[in-house]
Amino acid sequence: MYDNLSLLAQAPVLNVQLALDGLFIGATYALAAYGMALVWGVMNIKNLAQGDFVILGGYVAVVLAGHGLHPILGLPVAVVLMFGYGWAVYRLIISRIVDRDLFTSLLATFGLAIVMAQGMNLAFGSNVRTADAGFDVLTMFGGFVTVAQVKLISFLLAAVLAAIVIVFMKRSRMGQAIRATAQDARAARVMGIDTDRVYAFTFALNSAICGAAGVLISMIWTIQPFYGITHTIRSLVIVTAAGLGNLPGVIVAGLGLGLAEQYSGFTLGAQFQQATVVGLLVLILVWRQIRQARHRQAVQ
Amino acid sequence: MKGRALQAAIYGGITAAGLAAPLAFPAYTFQFTVLWIMILFALTWDILGGQMGYNSLGNIFFFGAGMYICAVVQIGLYYDVAEYTASYGAVKVDFTMGQYFTGLALGLVAAALGSVLLAVVFGWIVFGLRGPYFAIGTLGVALAAGELVGTWNYLGGGGGISLPVFPGNPDTRAFLYYWLCFIFAVATFAFLKWLYSTRFALAINAIRDDEEKAEAMGIHTTRYKTVAWSIAAFFLGISGAVFGNMTGFIEPLEVAFPVATFGIFMVLMVLLGGKGTLWGPVIGAVLFHVIREVTWTYLLGWQWVLLGALIIINVIYFQQGIMGWAREKWPERFGLVVDRRTTISSREEAT
Repeated sequence: MYDNLSLLAQAPVLNVQLALDGLFIGATYALAAYGMALVWGVMNIKNLAQGDFVILGGYVAVVLAGHGLHPILGLPVAVVLMFGYGWAVYRLIISRIVDRDLFTSLLATFGLAIVMAQGMNLAFGSNVRTADAGFDVLTMFGGFVTVAQVKLISFLLAAVLAAIVIVFMKRSRMGQAIRATAQDARAARVMGIDTDRVYAFTFALNSAICGAAGVLISMIWTIQPFYGITHTIRSLVIVTAAGLGNLPGVIVAGLGLGLAEQYSGFTLGAQFQQATVVGLLVLILVWRQIRQARHRQAVQ
Repeated sequence: MKGRALQAAIYGGITAAGLAAPLAFPAYTFQFTVLWIMILFALTWDILGGQMGYNSLGNIFFFGAGMYICAVVQIGLYYDVAEYTASYGAVKVDFTMGQYFTGLALGLVAAALGSVLLAVVFGWIVFGLRGPYFAIGTLGVALAAGELVGTWNYLGGGGGISLPVFPGNPDTRAFLYYWLCFIFAVATFAFLKWLYSTRFALAINAIRDDEEKAEAMGIHTTRYKTVAWSIAAFFLGISGAVFGNMTGFIEPLEVAFPVATFGIFMVLMVLLGGKGTLWGPVIGAVLFHVIREVTWTYLLGWQWVLLGALIIINVIYFQQGIMGWAREKWPERFGLVVDRRTTISSREEAT
């Protein structure tokens, strides 16, 4: 561990490598976390199957790539398919738990996560897969830093997708309806908004965003049926750290998590990468707890 | 009087069946053993989830903690733990009968007390969290524990530890662990039956119904919550220690901290049987275990999909569970008196 730290100090250029990798992967985390915050904020459902939606989107790209379609062209296909899938899941399951207590939504989506992970395991096998995009690798700083072009492209795609979603939420009628429902579902209903449709659309949109994030992850990293839970935890970490309805916060926390994972993976060893994610979740909750305790004392 | 005789007959029957089961069906001893552990899981989860309204997804943490504490005590009494785990079980070490049972007994005590200590420490972290944050926080603690133990070389890391080999006949060993699990499950049940008749149960029920009001009424909520969690941890720690010795090999992700299997089974069993009741978890555990064994045997490959679907259906359509449903159907059997004079229907009849 200390060797690796001193290595970082001696060769500062390695920091650039780690930082870039962290930002590129962090962008996809931010995307999935934004979807989770959306569903959480609008319909008060904590979707524990979030990561499995991401992985499913990745498998769409992998399967299409297997049939000769380039993953970047597979992206819109995955978005459309995942939108439909999200709508179906809403009609089947989520619509029945949307008004229920918090624990119901947690458990039901956990059950969904198990079904999806195992379903993917049966359908695609448990091998680690990746969608080969076939781009070159750029080298910088005299060969010390390598950046796969595909990572750069995925970063740009993530930014474009985020921009599209933001503009959609601000400008379109449906976006306005979603925000109105998030503020006060009852008032929105009185104003003639079909909140059930809004919920269905929100969940389908989340599923589509996850699908897009999954395609990007399948291009720049690996997917496997059981990686879903880690992605769910990542989204939870980001949303818990950033808070709801805080888009800049989600982006910063997403990129920050990407950085934290890369650095801990490098300095402590690859086996700590998973531990970092769950460890951060616990730390953030402890930090919330300390902040609230201080608040409570102030009230007394 | 008749009710008491019936009750005595039921308890006597279950005890006799429990004692005789491995002798009558020796081939199924392992399944029976797991059944008692499942009952213990469900009962301990219900202390918080059902009686106190705090839905934990990470109670399995104490199961794994107890398992590892017991293993370290058992090995550490006679050997150097770091040396033992570094060899990944390649070095065969023999335990005499006396050493084995001393280690096991001390290990069980250490597992129970260690788990209680951990419950008090982690109680400070998680009991400030409410609702979904509590569930997510406890889930995080359990997942983090599995990941961290997996990187801790002193405890064998991801490779796990082989526990001391039982110095005797394998059949004796199977019976020994069966009866240990049976005794601890029955002890848990008896203890909780007593506990739910005390003021303590009223206090944690008050926390479930309205925590702010309970606090305003002078109940020291944090203390009650921590004690309730410690009780769950005490029994879970013991069960983990016994289970670890029974399987003979422990490893962090699949055996000690199986959040996605045992960790979620305990919730599901309680929901199936009916939470907030004494018998609900027991019934749920038995039913669930039978379903699981049957599907695992006949639907290999699809069992997990089926399990996930069962969770979803159970949560959406049948959340009150079997006992909850029975209580709604026959409230008078459960000592709930429906006052006819105050119900709306009786007033309508009167006018």
